[in-house]
Amino acid sequence: MNAASGTPMVEALNVHKRFGLNEVLKGIDMTVQPGEVVCLLGPSGSGKSTFLRCINHLETIHRGRISVDGALVGYREKNGRLHELPEKDAVRQRAEIGMVFQRFNLFAHKTALQNIVEAPVLVKGVAKKDAEARAGELLTRVGLGDRGGAYPSQLSGGQQQRVAIARALAMDPKLMLFDEPTSALDPELVGDVLDVMRDLAKAGMTMVVVTHEIGFAREVGDRVVFMDGGVVVEEGPPSQVLDAPREERTKAFLSKVL
Amino acid sequence: MATSPTSPASDAGDIKAVPVRHYGRWLFALIVLVFVASLLSSAIRNDNFKWDVVGDYLFADRVLRGLWLTIWLSTVAVVLGIALGTLLAVMRLSDNPVLRWVSLAYIWFFRGTPVYVQLLGWSFIGALYSTISFGVPFGGPVLVSANGNDLITPITAAILGLGLNLAAYQAEIVRAGLLSVDEGQVESAKALGMTGAQSMRRIVLPQAMRVIIPPTGNQAIDMLKTSSLVATIGVADLLYSVQLIYAQNYQQVPLLVAACIWYLLMTSILSIGQYYLERHYAAGNVRELPPTPLQRARARAASVRFGGPGNPG
Repeated sequence: MNAASGTPMVEALNVHKRFGLNEVLKGIDMTVQPGEVVCLLGPSGSGKSTFLRCINHLETIHRGRISVDGALVGYREKNGRLHELPEKDAVRQRAEIGMVFQRFNLFAHKTALQNIVEAPVLVKGVAKKDAEARAGELLTRVGLGDRGGAYPSQLSGGQQQRVAIARALAMDPKLMLFDEPTSALDPELVGDVLDVMRDLAKAGMTMVVVTHEIGFAREVGDRVVFMDGGVVVEEGPPSQVLDAPREERTKAFLSKVL
Repeated sequence: MATSPTSPASDAGDIKAVPVRHYGRWLFALIVLVFVASLLSSAIRNDNFKWDVVGDYLFADRVLRGLWLTIWLSTVAVVLGIALGTLLAVMRLSDNPVLRWVSLAYIWFFRGTPVYVQLLGWSFIGALYSTISFGVPFGGPVLVSANGNDLITPITAAILGLGLNLAAYQAEIVRAGLLSVDEGQVESAKALGMTGAQSMRRIVLPQAMRVIIPPTGNQAIDMLKTSSLVATIGVADLLYSVQLIYAQNYQQVPLLVAACIWYLLMTSILSIGQYYLERHYAAGNVRELPPTPLQRARARAASVRFGGPGNPG
């Protein structure tokens, strides 16, 4: 429905967000097409993680609009006025957007398999047996087919993050959001997680990735968006933004991280 | 022949080191043993304890009836207290300000007045309100009506007084547990499309149990003994039953000893239950669950039999 009709997967228009008096997003415009992989780069405090969290309504925005697959996020527009979505509708929206966190956030009291099975059974009403079979496949896909019975505390950071990706995929999301998925990992574990994300991109998943992995952005990203101080400074294909940046702030940032 | 200082070759299998000898421990154990033994023997040989009377009354009908009442009254009050307390804690942390304030007011009142007064209050309900009725308030039609004294029997008053008071304390215990769960857990539950209620029930509460159980064990044990307050409203629990008996035969000490034996037995059983409950909810938080006492005993027996590394002596 989306690709054919040309509806963008994510469309953000003039998004503003404040924490108290501190304005962290100062008018973000961004479009992500279905199947596209967009990497958000920028110094810490630039608002990229906050923007990502606004896309699935973990944070509310104060001005502007965000739509996912043509539907306004968190609100309904009726007679020119915005109405907050009741919980059951807001929840349905979120269920279609997968999110992977910097700190993994696996459910500590559940095994890897139980982590993956939980939401499909509880939220989508999938039969437990089917959900478990699917979870097994997903674990194999992220290279952890034999670790289904392990608790998060028994897994390395890289393994936990791969389970977290499998957990998000189990909901069959139409969009995946990654919030610095490798920032909390030991250097030698980063590769495994990036491999999984690379395969996901190849399979055609629409992805928005907040990352500091310039190499990943260059190789996998269809587009790179550089943010600083709550605005989009520069965006374009990786070859342009990363190798021939036009803006001074982009150049300064890249000179520090490359 | 010069051997290198590392000569007990490093490939000679598992290390079999001589353990450090804890002489202090043995000495202290001996002192404790002598102290306890002399205490016991002084109590046993002292005729004033009248152990034969203790034995006579330990299984006396009236004592057992009191014991049974204490057990089921405490159980009902604890179940009521935990259920209502959990509800109050969730209300207290809710986004809904009405629920928050109702919970706060409840806790304020029931934690702020003595449980003794609350017990008396419930038992006086019949005197305060001769009829209790539900209907449209402020003079509207009455739907259900009952005589106050029939509705609130001493037993009902005891259950309400103890259970509603416990709920106020339990609410704070549960709230502490809920706050101890990392916010990231709620966020990822949300991101997966769970409602607030679903994430509370499936994600937050089970993880909070680890923090909730130890103080709740305290509350349950405390309830066994606090329930003896119901004597004041004429309910014959374990303690009141022995009091009634020694009011007639003046055998205070042996009867109180008999009651304490039952109280100790009940709290011991509760403590064992608490241990296994804690172990159950520890899953995922420790890499390996600690062995149960039974498993530990078996392992020890095996190590003695096969000469493995056990404690010296």
